[in-house]
Amino acid sequence: MSLKQLTVFVENKQGALVGITDTLAAHEVNIRALSIADTQDFGILRLIVDDTETAKKTLSDEGYLINTTDVVGVKIGDQPGKLSKALAVLDEAGINMEYLYAFMTRTEKHAYVVLRVADNAATESALENAGFHIITDADVAKL
Amino acid sequence: MEKRYFQKEIETMPVDELKKLQSEKLVKQVKHVYENLPYYRKLMDEKGVKPEDICGIDDLHKLPFLSKADLREAYPYGLLAKPLEDCVRIHSTSGTTGRRVVAFYTQKDVDLWEDCCARAIVAAGGSKKDVCQVAYGYGLFTGGMGLHGGSHKVGCLTLPMSSGFTERQIQFMTDLSATILCCTPSYAAYIGESLKEQGYKPEDIPLKAGIFGAEPWTEEMRQQIQETLGIKAYDIYGLTETTGPGVAFECEAQTGMHINEDHFYAEIIDPDTGEVLPEGCKGELVFTALDKEAFPLLRYRTRDICVLTRKECSCGRTFVKMAKPMGRTDDMLIIRGVNVFPSQIEAVLLKEGYQPNYQIIVDRKGNNDTFDVNVEMNPEQFTDTVSGVTQLEKALSNAMKVMLGINPTVHLVPPKSITRSEGKAVRVIDKRKLI
Repeated sequence: MSLKQLTVFVENKQGALVGITDTLAAHEVNIRALSIADTQDFGILRLIVDDTETAKKTLSDEGYLINTTDVVGVKIGDQPGKLSKALAVLDEAGINMEYLYAFMTRTEKHAYVVLRVADNAATESALENAGFHIITDADVAKL
Repeated sequence: MEKRYFQKEIETMPVDELKKLQSEKLVKQVKHVYENLPYYRKLMDEKGVKPEDICGIDDLHKLPFLSKADLREAYPYGLLAKPLEDCVRIHSTSGTTGRRVVAFYTQKDVDLWEDCCARAIVAAGGSKKDVCQVAYGYGLFTGGMGLHGGSHKVGCLTLPMSSGFTERQIQFMTDLSATILCCTPSYAAYIGESLKEQGYKPEDIPLKAGIFGAEPWTEEMRQQIQETLGIKAYDIYGLTETTGPGVAFECEAQTGMHINEDHFYAEIIDPDTGEVLPEGCKGELVFTALDKEAFPLLRYRTRDICVLTRKECSCGRTFVKMAKPMGRTDDMLIIRGVNVFPSQIEAVLLKEGYQPNYQIIVDRKGNNDTFDVNVEMNPEQFTDTVSGVTQLEKALSNAMKVMLGINPTVHLVPPKSITRSEGKAVRVIDKRKLI
């Protein structure tokens, strides 16, 4: 069920990011969400795109260091306290999170949260049991 | 000021007498080596040289060279010229491409080595009234034990501190009024900075002299150490293969190191042709041990580039002087006093599953060497978390520490991102300005 996230290793130097976004643009890949974790030396760019396979191939062909990770995508209401509620569910289920990031779309009254956890299946069922809707790659492609 | 020597007769011996002494010793040594070292006998036979052909120092050039490669090949006993039962100690290098050099010592070898170190201590102004703090590492490394023995011979109160534990170094230095400090120059600078931070002024520090070696250092660094610690800082040179520190030492003139020529004969050769160069020429330094029994290397190529000069010295010593080594004939780096070969880094990378694409960047911040290694990441090991990458860097740094003895800072970089010129990567960037 989970979402495919692309991770790109980025050198901490000028122009490193634009090279990646240019490559995706040239192949008409649309970025839905992104997050960067950075250190003094390097950054790790995490992407949710509408066409993971194309993105992966084109970036690899360009020589970028790529990793694909399964993450959990959850739809939450675009209201104060909704994220908190989702996180409380995970907390109660004893699920540790590595990182998360969120994104919104123009048309819907919803936000989407991308969760990186050790056990995707457990996270998804905990959230679904609490009434949350889990999104898939197909959902992302349609956004 | 009265001039003081540890062994005056030898240290101030007229040059012609010294040459005669060296010649006599060489003839005996070549015979000893030919009889007891099959490895070197073979080299002499191949060159068609017999012990009888060596009648004095002027014949030295006829003998074959020994190199680091010979030492590795002969490991561990191939260059041992005495029965093991006559040996009392070993020392060892940090281990270059996996194989260490192990040097053996008889009691006589230890004695002559300690004499050499004692000469260095006396030349730095030491006497039995001094308190000598030895902060070189003790153990397989020759630094600690060598100066320790020399300090005993002079009769100093010896503080066998070994290296590290700076707080303890400072406590003993100040509580016991150490007057002479022996360590690497970078550690001396570090101790100086620590003292300064604690509010000590040069005049509060009991030290009067320091004997610093085992790594390259500059005249500027000398000035800085002298000012911070309020001392005179003297250079000392040596290598495990010849014996250890004390092969050459500085006197009060501080203009180069006198080679203990009664024990070690120095030549400068053209590193490409092997031809002996005249005095004053720059070339590779070659040593012949004239007295050593257990590990008597003849014409050992040090790979250090330097210049020898024999001028009358204000200190009265007649021994030839060597300049600070100006570089190496191989790609060896000396970082924080430790010998590092790029090939060692390569060996670790291959063993750890990385491509041998790397770049070593050495610099000096303050008086300490920085040591960074950029390594191209293995795509299979790349994950989506920062901790994943930093853990890989840490593991690689630890693996390098096991091989080298010092810890580099490892930076993982994307594949194919290390600059290659003409298809070949620039492996080493040494930004230190030492000469």
